[in-house]
Amino acid sequence: MENKILKIEKFSAGYGNNYVLKGINLEIPEKKVTAIMGPSGCGKSTLIRCINRIHELNPDAIYKGHIYLNGEDIYRMNPTIVRRKIGMVFQRPNPFPTMSIYDNVIAGYTLNGIKLKRNEKDRIVEEALKKAFLWDEVKDVLHRKGTFLSGGQQQRLCIARALAMKPEILLLDEPTSALDPKATSRIEELIVELKETVTIVLVTHNISQAARVSDYTAFLYLGELMEFGPTERIFVAPKHKKTEEYLTGKFG
Amino acid sequence: MRDNVRIIKDSLFKILVYSLAFLSIVPLLMIILQIVKNGASVITLKFFLRLPQPPGESGGGILNSLIGTFMLVILASTLAIPVGVATGIFLAEVKNKFTEFLGTLVNVLQGLPSIVVGILAYLWVVKPMGGFSAFSGAVALSIMMLPMIIKTTEETVRLIPFSLKEASFSLGANYTKTILKVIIPASAGGILSGIIIGISRIVGETAPLLFTAFGNPYVNLNPAKPVDALPLLIFNYAMSPYDEWHKIAWGTSLVLIVIVLGLNLLTKVAGKKWKTKF
Repeated sequence: MENKILKIEKFSAGYGNNYVLKGINLEIPEKKVTAIMGPSGCGKSTLIRCINRIHELNPDAIYKGHIYLNGEDIYRMNPTIVRRKIGMVFQRPNPFPTMSIYDNVIAGYTLNGIKLKRNEKDRIVEEALKKAFLWDEVKDVLHRKGTFLSGGQQQRLCIARALAMKPEILLLDEPTSALDPKATSRIEELIVELKETVTIVLVTHNISQAARVSDYTAFLYLGELMEFGPTERIFVAPKHKKTEEYLTGKFG
Repeated sequence: MRDNVRIIKDSLFKILVYSLAFLSIVPLLMIILQIVKNGASVITLKFFLRLPQPPGESGGGILNSLIGTFMLVILASTLAIPVGVATGIFLAEVKNKFTEFLGTLVNVLQGLPSIVVGILAYLWVVKPMGGFSAFSGAVALSIMMLPMIIKTTEETVRLIPFSLKEASFSLGANYTKTILKVIIPASAGGILSGIIIGISRIVGETAPLLFTAFGNPYVNLNPAKPVDALPLLIFNYAMSPYDEWHKIAWGTSLVLIVIVLGLNLLTKVAGKKWKTKF
């Protein structure tokens, strides 16, 4: 049985006085890809935004329960530390528009006031871009603005930016929903490659994407965790009626 | 038949709109024409490099006012930019009763007559300091500049997508770094054009300087002493009885109008060139 890097216990979250997520219990295994699936509005984005404490940036945010990273309650840690250990990539690529490709990748360090020597920076940038399958395409234009890249390249740049911080977990919030099929398949290949070194939590509403890349699948419905297990088992023999209906396209 | 009437009505309306639009630029063109006609003849290199001469002697220049105006603009910008940019960001970031009230105050400040600002600067700065000074003039001008900078900063920062802030926070950056290294650089173009518009507004201001910078026939670089300014020179010379000085006043008006025009063009260029693409 693999190590559970992240434990979510009786966790609820929402906005104002309305809980979108209701009492989630979930254990995320280390160095695997865990997909979170469910129809729109089921709370899957809210859930991963709670894992790196981005949810609380919304002034109306409410939450209760516990999330443990390697046994430590992240809601008792400094949020900036949590976010350095748990990286995130968003639906739409959001490179920093005023920074070059190079500065975008190293941004996690500059924004945290971490001083590095020139050669250390070069090494981190090259490593992160190579991990994100982007190095060969951009190695000659590192000092051009990141916004000149195509959408798919921008998204891989954002992945490189998150990887440069050497996070323990990488959260991907529908990372391909704004990309074309070709860019999507490159990102999917990348996800499979990355689980060698980092735990990945992937939110997707694309059922076949979850089937292609994930080892485990969680199915959320109306803010509750319906089912969690190895992806193969969920797809072949769903235990819950709602899961089966969702997978067969009865609703979505 | 009815179609014809409609077409005629339509073209009449078009003619009306065109002629009214033309009418509105006539005074503007006439002003520029008049200033060029009366002022162009005095403008030579010496005009910029010499000091004013006593009445009766020809060949007076405006060096003292040119340097004074430059100094007032630099001092006023130094005072107004940090406060204005900070307030603008605050208004864009925080939404509550207090910032709503603050926004209204900024609007009031924008409508404040410049003579009132001058009197206030006299009360608050000139009197305690014991005399007229460039600094007190800069304080008055910076108050005139503030609303412009606050408004443009607020509007630019508001347009920055939330996803950019999310990107910064998700890397573990704190609020300060996010504002300084992500939000401000991304809004630099807008903030810069706000500053330039602010400057173009204050270079021509006379009233706030009457009881503050006061005027000075010599070049002065000490902020604690009175300085001259282009609009002050125009004001003083235009009221004098000497023909020679009237000419200099016209020439200075031309210089001022060219500066304002140049600043306005610069705003357009700045807005385009440093516009951040998301």
